[in-house]
Amino acid sequence: MTQNNRLEGGLIDRSKTLRFTFDGKTYQGHQGDTIASALLANDVRLMGRSFKYHRPRGPLTAGSEEPNALVELREGNRQEPNTRATTAELFDGLSAKSQNRWPSLSFDAMGVNDLLSPFFAAGFYYKTFMWPKAFWEKLYEPIIRRAAGLGSLSMEADPDVYDKGFLHCDLLIIGAGPAGLSAALTAGRAGARVILAEEDFLLGGRLNAETFEIAGMAGHAWAAQTQAELASMDNVRIMTRTAILGAFDHGIYGALERVSDHLAVPAAGKPRQTLWRIYAKRTMLCAGAVERPIAFKNNDRPGIMLSGALRTYANRYAAAAGQTVALFTNNDDGLRSAADLAAKGVDVVAVIDTRADGPSVQAGAHFKGAQVVDAGGKLGLNTITIKLANGQTTRINCTALGVSGGWNPNVHLTSHQRSTPKWDEKIAAFVPESTPAEMSVAGAANGDMSTHAALANGAKQAVTALKDIGIKATAGRTPKAEDEPINVSPFWYVEHKGRAWVDQQNDVTVKDIKLSHQEGFRSVEHLKRYTTLGMATDQGKTANVPGLAIMAEMTGKSIPDTGTTMFRPPYAPTSFGAFAGRHRDEDFRPIRKTPSHKWAEEHDAVFVETGMWLRAQWFPKPGETHWRESVDREVLATRKSVGICDVTTLGKIDVQGTDAATFLNRVYCNAFAKLAVGKTRYGLMLREDGIAMDDGTTARLSENQFVMTTTTANAVPVFRHLEFCRQCAWPDLDVQLISTTEAWAQYAVAGPNSRKLLQKIVDKDFDISNEEFPFMGCGEITVCGGLRARLFRISFSGELAFEIAVPTRYGDSMMRALMEAGEEFDVVPYGTEALGVMRIEKGHAAGNELNGTTTALNLGMGRMVSKKKDSIGSTLSEREGLNQADALNLVGFKPVNSDETFSAGSHFINSDAQANAANDQGYMTSVCYSPNLGHTIGLGYLKDGANRMGETTRAVNPLMGEETEVEIVSAHFIDPEGERLRA
Amino acid sequence: MLKHSLKPLTPLGSDEPDSTVIGNLKITERDDFSFASIAQRDGKSRPFAAAAKRAFNLKLPGPGQSASNGDYTLFWSSPEQWFVEAPMATHEDIASILKAEFEESASITEQSGGWCRFDLEGDASVSTLERLCAVDTAMMTDQAATRSVIEHIGVFIVCRSAGQYFSIYGPRSSAGSLHHALVSAAKSVA
Repeated sequence: MTQNNRLEGGLIDRSKTLRFTFDGKTYQGHQGDTIASALLANDVRLMGRSFKYHRPRGPLTAGSEEPNALVELREGNRQEPNTRATTAELFDGLSAKSQNRWPSLSFDAMGVNDLLSPFFAAGFYYKTFMWPKAFWEKLYEPIIRRAAGLGSLSMEADPDVYDKGFLHCDLLIIGAGPAGLSAALTAGRAGARVILAEEDFLLGGRLNAETFEIAGMAGHAWAAQTQAELASMDNVRIMTRTAILGAFDHGIYGALERVSDHLAVPAAGKPRQTLWRIYAKRTMLCAGAVERPIAFKNNDRPGIMLSGALRTYANRYAAAAGQTVALFTNNDDGLRSAADLAAKGVDVVAVIDTRADGPSVQAGAHFKGAQVVDAGGKLGLNTITIKLANGQTTRINCTALGVSGGWNPNVHLTSHQRSTPKWDEKIAAFVPESTPAEMSVAGAANGDMSTHAALANGAKQAVTALKDIGIKATAGRTPKAEDEPINVSPFWYVEHKGRAWVDQQNDVTVKDIKLSHQEGFRSVEHLKRYTTLGMATDQGKTANVPGLAIMAEMTGKSIPDTGTTMFRPPYAPTSFGAFAGRHRDEDFRPIRKTPSHKWAEEHDAVFVETGMWLRAQWFPKPGETHWRESVDREVLATRKSVGICDVTTLGKIDVQGTDAATFLNRVYCNAFAKLAVGKTRYGLMLREDGIAMDDGTTARLSENQFVMTTTTANAVPVFRHLEFCRQCAWPDLDVQLISTTEAWAQYAVAGPNSRKLLQKIVDKDFDISNEEFPFMGCGEITVCGGLRARLFRISFSGELAFEIAVPTRYGDSMMRALMEAGEEFDVVPYGTEALGVMRIEKGHAAGNELNGTTTALNLGMGRMVSKKKDSIGSTLSEREGLNQADALNLVGFKPVNSDETFSAGSHFINSDAQANAANDQGYMTSVCYSPNLGHTIGLGYLKDGANRMGETTRAVNPLMGEETEVEIVSAHFIDPEGERLRA
Repeated sequence: MLKHSLKPLTPLGSDEPDSTVIGNLKITERDDFSFASIAQRDGKSRPFAAAAKRAFNLKLPGPGQSASNGDYTLFWSSPEQWFVEAPMATHEDIASILKAEFEESASITEQSGGWCRFDLEGDASVSTLERLCAVDTAMMTDQAATRSVIEHIGVFIVCRSAGQYFSIYGPRSSAGSLHHALVSAAKSVA
């Protein structure tokens, strides 16, 4: 087939012929075509099947408001469902498939739904599939889901990248039709920073689709000339293929730029689409208007489309939807199509005007006061039936019919912040009532329906908008342009018993709306939910106003009283890929690496995500086949000699100032005011409500400088808390805070030989013997021949242990130096699992125990909450409910039969009691296998646990059907007297 | 340079800093700077100002600004707090150097290890940054400095030369992710 319906002229580049396939068949089109225009040029009108009844459909529009002509674009992992053939640009090699049909578009077995339509009226789900109840999930829903639907997913990962970005401007102009171009010229010439966003790949809007002249030249030529001038201005950014999706708070707009959608494959490294957030000081909505159809029986035949679309295809794309064309209108604009098509040499056979008194047109037979009452031709229009003014009916053969029911201004973005549009009788359409503060509206979007009005108001509104922000602009003389009224006489649907389609995407008919009314769903929002009118990809852009007008007629209310449904972003369909942007797979979120990461990788570490950090979990040795082998080995070797663990991830906060000690004394519940210089202390921080918030050690490096450590998870929350205290609670204190978590690479060196190892690293000037550097000591030292470092004698493992910190850039080298120095002691690196095992063996609390519900009392640290001073949480920790006699206490557990095991999360149930919530005695928080003891051990909260040592109880896990008899023991399994860490 | 046996690694984990050229944009990893934060203590504005004059001999930059003189570049980071940058070769122990000048009039914290720095140079700097952060970098003048977020990573952005040359400071632990984000965005435009 060789473009039988191709006309003369148009804005396509005939020197570039593009080959493409639709449903496997090859066609030709030209640069500048959309899939829809190229298919029409090739005499293909049937492009899809409808959602519910699988009715054959062709394009209704020539733009983004398209409900019918949705195709699956591309193949393989780039296949994209529900792409509008009316906006998808043709490229060489493009492949498109129709959707929602089987086995083929022209013969669709599911078309049987159409015959069964009496059973599928609005709300049929709610009535038909009520019983038996069990059938819904197993039978009805799967069948309905199979039968309904649009395109399909490839189920392959999208190979393309999607960007996100941020733009700033004085004036954002949405839409580059006559109003938008006029505004952009005015603002651009005034030197304002302008963004001109246009959904289409050409600037000009309707100027590209009309034969109007501006300033004595063709409208599209004027648009091109204006574009050239705008492009020469550094202060104007022209964004084609960019749809503004939403108007958000404070002048923020969302925009989707389809950067590479018009290419077979994006250029290397370039994004497929970019989702922009635009910060605009002022905005002008120049989004034009969308034509609306008139509903009549079988008005969905392929070949029936909006009158303006028929004109667009002819004038812009040089494609006739058919060789013999008729028009059906209730307004003057519909008559333009007749004149334009006739001028293009298309055979206009009839013009049907619902108005008896409309103007005459010199094309085809003109029937005034008439209506189209039916259309024939299942797979493509071949005949229409007309009811004449005198009541007689007549049939006319034609292959395309243009319908115009008037034009609806694109008010959507004015209403994204809840304002509702008002009804304008003059054009029988909704126009903006109020707008977001920074927005003004010009052109057809504002109801200025003539080209001249759009040009004039675009310039005028730009001047006003810029004046608001202190930029002086002048509106030039409005060029000579078309300035005709539309003269619309509202007419929504033709009375008939047959099915007249209002929402073609959702197969909603006039009858469905009547049924909705009859059954009491009369509010427009109910009408939408009951009938699905206005849902899915087109969001009812062509259907909503006719739908609510019909409802208004039913209820006897006026159209403005009936109102519109809520307008919500996104204005145009947006892929999830664009919303996800670069945040997918391994780039879902940033990674934080510890200073020893590279060394750990070299030593086969298995990493675990702790927040965004990657920490070594364990270091498997050759021959170790199970993680427990590695972890047990690391624990035993550390307790026997020495082990090293990267603890950089723990939060470090530098607290300085003359009131630093006072400050810490207030944020920690235990005493800190008198901590000596060169000493470290364990601190427990409570929330205002008396619940434990975080713990850690804080070292006093000098009179006015402390270094606080926090848990890894709470590094940021604690810093935020401290800043709040500093700035809001006690602004009178002289305290300065800053995070230094990443500035220091910090390693725990633990085990009986840790001192010996460190003596090889720490410079000789510093004595780290037990006498000179006892447990909980700290100091600023030098290592490896002069590098500044910090040493803390603290222990999480319960062993003789130190933590040594060096500037991070030397962290890798330090790790290597420590490992080398430790060789003679059989040093091992240990990961977070071994760290966890050792702290459970020692009975040290961690995040599992400080879980946001527990108090100092629960943790066995009740007496730490000093009553000699005030501190955050101290008072509320005295609440009666937190101090019951049988309060939960943190205690240890071991299985009565040491071969048995149990799980964290198990609940304690007394031996003779039934396992239910009423008998709950507490819960297990941490569990591990202790390689030192040779059996499972656990920490947990038990009611009155401190007084129940030696008793047995049951650890019950009903989820897994586990139950273990456990003995209640001290939480300190290893070295309860603390002799090792003081050695 | 200090004399000791430990060898530094760059934030990206190599011996030598990375330099990547994408089109007309150059992204350079910098590890030749030392870094400290300096905060004025309460009631010490006079000795602080005097020490600042001795140490830097420049007007301390206000919000959104940086200032340079000799070895030092400062940018404002929060009320009465600045970040100070100086060459690593001569100022590795920057905190001690500044402490000697400011004594008890300021709280000074070494930050050299906490941060990585990537320099963006070339015409595509602004269009690259547009894809990364909400800052209006096209309007940043020479020496403008601000705080922002790039792909969830908190950063400082200092404009060295309007439209052409920016330094991005981010947390060292995320240097790899930050660099990846910069390179990916640059490939989209440069």
